[in-house]
Amino acid sequence: MKPISRRALITSGLAAAGVAGLAAADRIGRRHGLIPPDCRGVYGPGETLTYAAHRLLTRDAMAREFPRSMISKTPFANEVAPPSAEFKKLQAAGFGDWRLTIDGMVAHPMTLSLADLRSMPTHSQITEVVCEEGWSYVAEWIGTPLSGVLREAGVLPQARYLKYFSIQPDWSDSIDIADAHHPQTFLTMGMNDGELPVGFGGPLRLRVPRQLGYKSVKYITRITAIDSLKYQGDYAWFAGI
Amino acid sequence: MNSPRHSALVRVTHWLTVVSFVALLVTGLEIVISHPRFYWGETGNVNMKPLFTIPIPSSRDTVPTGYGYVMPDQNGWSRYLHFESAWVLVLTGLVYAIASLLNGHLRRDLVPERGQRSLAAHWERMRQYLQRRRPGADETSSYNVLQRTTYLLVIFVLFPLVILTGLALSPSFNASVPFVVNSLGGRQTARTLHFFLTWALVVFFVVHVAMIAVSGFWARMRGMTTGTTATVEPTVAEEEVA
Repeated sequence: MKPISRRALITSGLAAAGVAGLAAADRIGRRHGLIPPDCRGVYGPGETLTYAAHRLLTRDAMAREFPRSMISKTPFANEVAPPSAEFKKLQAAGFGDWRLTIDGMVAHPMTLSLADLRSMPTHSQITEVVCEEGWSYVAEWIGTPLSGVLREAGVLPQARYLKYFSIQPDWSDSIDIADAHHPQTFLTMGMNDGELPVGFGGPLRLRVPRQLGYKSVKYITRITAIDSLKYQGDYAWFAGI
Repeated sequence: MNSPRHSALVRVTHWLTVVSFVALLVTGLEIVISHPRFYWGETGNVNMKPLFTIPIPSSRDTVPTGYGYVMPDQNGWSRYLHFESAWVLVLTGLVYAIASLLNGHLRRDLVPERGQRSLAAHWERMRQYLQRRRPGADETSSYNVLQRTTYLLVIFVLFPLVILTGLALSPSFNASVPFVVNSLGGRQTARTLHFFLTWALVVFFVVHVAMIAVSGFWARMRGMTTGTTATVEPTVAEEEVA
């Protein structure tokens, strides 16, 4: 048998320490919510570093707000799939029958109309919509902070993510609890002192201004609190970059 | 036994930088295709007048390009790989910069030598290149003044700027450190500068590879890979071994 060389000893020692270190980091990361749902696969390490860095350093940071003079005169609505029959029916009735369901890991599941949401505290923010493609615009967004709705529904402590659904088929996304309770995460019903236009997500859009535009899903009908998340998407789950 | 032409640290960080830079370049161009328009200031979109447009088709049908077709969308994997490569580049750069400060590589090999810190010295070396005179013996184990200044600019000016302008595109980074994007003059300005800085790095990359090709491609590749000094022509050295 060949004697173990010093180099082999050092290399295997380092490898063992590396594996143990990674295992410890994984355990700590999971406990403190630093591991994103798309942490596996080729791009997992990069995503995990990005998400962990933001959750460690910038958990409570506020998205930049702009003066009224910087509101874009020509915002861009981007295109969405043609409205479903269900949407058109609700639109014809002036969205009076639009409902938002809050369910999952909450103490009091509830269903809210737009009037219910309007009776809750109204806030506004002048923030930028930033599309992953590169374009952007600034608008005033008027609505009620999601955190207030979540307080009323009584989100259970074991809930770690919120999944939210559009009325449009196959359109949903999710955020972690930190973003769900963030004061700038709004259920938005108004834009630039008017109703939120349909092109921009009216009657109800979830605004998540610290992340790219694709997390601000349009035409929200359901929000569900969950404790684990399987994410399958072509785009990074955490879009704060 | 000669000491290696490049230290192990330089060799490893050099190739990690090459791999991440190429990945960033390819994925960055893929991302640009989804909106090949550039703006100045905070905001910009197809309803606004661009600073300039790259005359290529786009991967989005919402962008008016004048072409009758839409390119395939590659943004999903491109964005994943772009940011993962950015981590490799940033961490590699940090290791290199800190180690170079501590072990004297920066002071010894990169900062121009005393007596060479003048425009005249740079011009003198440039003339030597232009007149295609062979480098002196002192350059077999040391960078000349033009190399030193160029490497310093690339490592300590261009790369930090391309990283900062890239970070200024991140909505979460801008939430926590608004100073960077605001002092750059807005997010779209940062995006446009990120694009220009990329081309500055590409120019460096092309000239760098061309110089290596001229001065003996395989000898230089070997120097940067195994660290072996090749003071004689590789073929002669191999004959001697044989």
